[in-house]
Amino acid sequence: MTSSTLPAGLADATRDEASLRRFLHGLPGVDQVGVEQRAAGLATRSIKKAAKLWAIDTAISMVDLTTLEGADTRGKVRALAAKARRPDPDRPDTPRVAAVCVYPDLAATAVRAVAGSGVEVASVATAFPSGRSARSIKLADVALAVDSGAGEVDMVIDRGAFLEGRYGEVFEEIQEIKAACGDAHLKVILETGELATYDSVRRASWLALLAGGDFIKTSTGKVSPAATLPVTHVMLQAVRDWYTTTGELRGVKPAGGIRTTKDAIRYLVAVHEVAGEEWLTPKLFRFGASSLLNDLLLQRRTQLDGHYSGPDYLTLD
Amino acid sequence: MPAFDYAPAPESRDIANLKPSYRPFIGGEFVTGSGEPLKTLNPATEEVLAEVGTASAADVDTAVQAARKAYERTWSRMPGAERAKYVFRIARLIQERSRELAVLESLDNGKPIRESRDADVPTAAAHFFYHAGWADKLDYAGLGPDPRPLGVAGQIIPWNFPLLMLAWKIAPALATGNTVVLKPAETTPLTALVFAEICQQAELPPGVVNIVPGAGDTGAELVNHPDIDKIAFTGSTEVGKLIQRSVAGTRKKLTLELGGKAANVVFDDAPLDQAVEGIVNGIFYNQGHVCCAGSRLLAQESVVDELLAKLRYRVSTLRLGDPLDKNTDIGAINSAEQLARIRELTESGEAEGADRWTSPCPVPERGFFFAPTVFSGVQQSMRIAREEIFGPVLSVLTFRTPDEAVAKANNTPYGLSAGIWTEKGSRILWMANQLRAGVVWANTFNRFDPAAPFGGYQESGFGREGGRTGLEAYLDA
Repeated sequence: MTSSTLPAGLADATRDEASLRRFLHGLPGVDQVGVEQRAAGLATRSIKKAAKLWAIDTAISMVDLTTLEGADTRGKVRALAAKARRPDPDRPDTPRVAAVCVYPDLAATAVRAVAGSGVEVASVATAFPSGRSARSIKLADVALAVDSGAGEVDMVIDRGAFLEGRYGEVFEEIQEIKAACGDAHLKVILETGELATYDSVRRASWLALLAGGDFIKTSTGKVSPAATLPVTHVMLQAVRDWYTTTGELRGVKPAGGIRTTKDAIRYLVAVHEVAGEEWLTPKLFRFGASSLLNDLLLQRRTQLDGHYSGPDYLTLD
Repeated sequence: MPAFDYAPAPESRDIANLKPSYRPFIGGEFVTGSGEPLKTLNPATEEVLAEVGTASAADVDTAVQAARKAYERTWSRMPGAERAKYVFRIARLIQERSRELAVLESLDNGKPIRESRDADVPTAAAHFFYHAGWADKLDYAGLGPDPRPLGVAGQIIPWNFPLLMLAWKIAPALATGNTVVLKPAETTPLTALVFAEICQQAELPPGVVNIVPGAGDTGAELVNHPDIDKIAFTGSTEVGKLIQRSVAGTRKKLTLELGGKAANVVFDDAPLDQAVEGIVNGIFYNQGHVCCAGSRLLAQESVVDELLAKLRYRVSTLRLGDPLDKNTDIGAINSAEQLARIRELTESGEAEGADRWTSPCPVPERGFFFAPTVFSGVQQSMRIAREEIFGPVLSVLTFRTPDEAVAKANNTPYGLSAGIWTEKGSRILWMANQLRAGVVWANTFNRFDPAAPFGGYQESGFGREGGRTGLEAYLDA
């Protein structure tokens, strides 16, 4: 179970199930009132004018434009990819988004549709969203995504195993999937709405980081509550602490329920002040969202034109 | 990639309706005081904000007489339910004029608008609302069958929370049927004089509230006036002792809320990230100009390095600058004298061998500013561990066991507040019983509510403000 690249202290933590448990339960607790207060306090930062425009462009470049419906078709994915490449056709200086995020069977379509644009293809895998299937099926799911050319894989952890305290199993599964990803980046979805407490969110974050996840991601978007500011604060603290301990930079991706520019800017402020300036890049921070992009584009136009534009001037894809 | 530079987002100073001059408020009217006028500065720019007329000995006498007349003829005879109507009206008017009061407070005091807008002014209104509710229920407050007001209260408040301290003093006094003569601090008199306008707007009977701006001599006149029944003072321990001496042997009742050197105790099982927030809030809130500030951090030796690393990172993200900017976390030090005192004490910390760390944040060239500073390796014997600095300066000490934590926390002449950070509930209860402090916060710091009594032990003063207990200070029960 040991991971060889970790510093000695952390490698010991993953020696066996018992030491992993001791390590995770030895992490400092999270005080609910305190973290929610801090999140609410930071949300009152006033971001205007040049800072706002910068934040909007940065947020656009961090969006994983997502469609995860049973009714997804190749046509829908191609439309999404076109939007990802050129979010605002009237304003070519608008940054492209970071990635499109689709189911594994549509990853090949997405890869063709974004080819040459610099937009990545992220694919959810591992029996998304519940994660309830055999390990072999989850790995096959990952293989489908990777073989189709997806550069990023979004896996879900086994919340059942986590809540039962079988941390070793969760750890090994993440490690195996990381290995199956090859060069693809691995985002580990904790589904924080089901973990329920901030203490569990912190433990799951560390578990995912120890097992080699490149990103920790809040939610599938299929469970309520999805991403919240306080949960994202806890995860940002985890990657910051990880950096302090190991010198490695890992990313955070809140997903689900982030719909407005105002919300997105609050997350960016948290990234800036909780984790640090280094994290203000699509390499280390993403938004998993579908409707957020249009609000960002609308607000971008408002900033540049000095007046509001209507939703009819933006594409619906 | 460029840095995330928040654009300045300043409140307009026009909202404050700043006038070139302000005058004392006596007997329901603004009068020309015969004291030497003083100029009040904006500590963030060192510019003169306004000229303020002060009260001479004769003016203080007139104010006390006006208060006495109002007490005898109207206010003490009024049924509690009637008094409540006025106090409620004042509370609502504070809310209506909250933006104006917040901007004015930040201009005059130097505190960030975020704090004056989100804490000072709403809490001031809350104190009037809370006490208005008590005005007709005093018989049921558990303070005896027929509690009576004391008479005329002389009140002296400090410069760190000008409007909030006014509310803490005036709201209970009025609700219990006393009339007041209040002296605001000489560096921050403006919101008190706008509060006088609010009293006029509320059609409060003349003389019930009188505001007499001035310096220490005005305060001394008030304290020594023979027709005062009660003195309530918030400020330095030094002045508190002087007042106590002058009142000794008279029939005047006295409550004092003085300095502090609070311990914020962090155990190794504490929620560290939130403890860091609490430490920051405890000492850097209002530039550390808080008598109950958590100015002594007692960290368990096993976590002190980790805690300090997190704390320094967090403190370096604090934004220092224009108090009117909504993104400012730390504003200006209230006066040049205070800045000099902070500098003197921090220099003594370095000289006595503590390790100084100062936030690398940019500091404006003009105005009275002091970058947040953390001293580690501090010992109980050093001045910075014993004396109140009243600025954004934290002293970090360590302990090994809970007993040692209690012993060190209590090893101070003060006793206003304390903080405990641990995930262990039984330890919180045990510690709270051991600590000699008026307020003990657990896993939080600097939380206030009108219903929670506030006050100190030893050199932090006596008497309580707020809550049911606070009423006792204004009643003969």
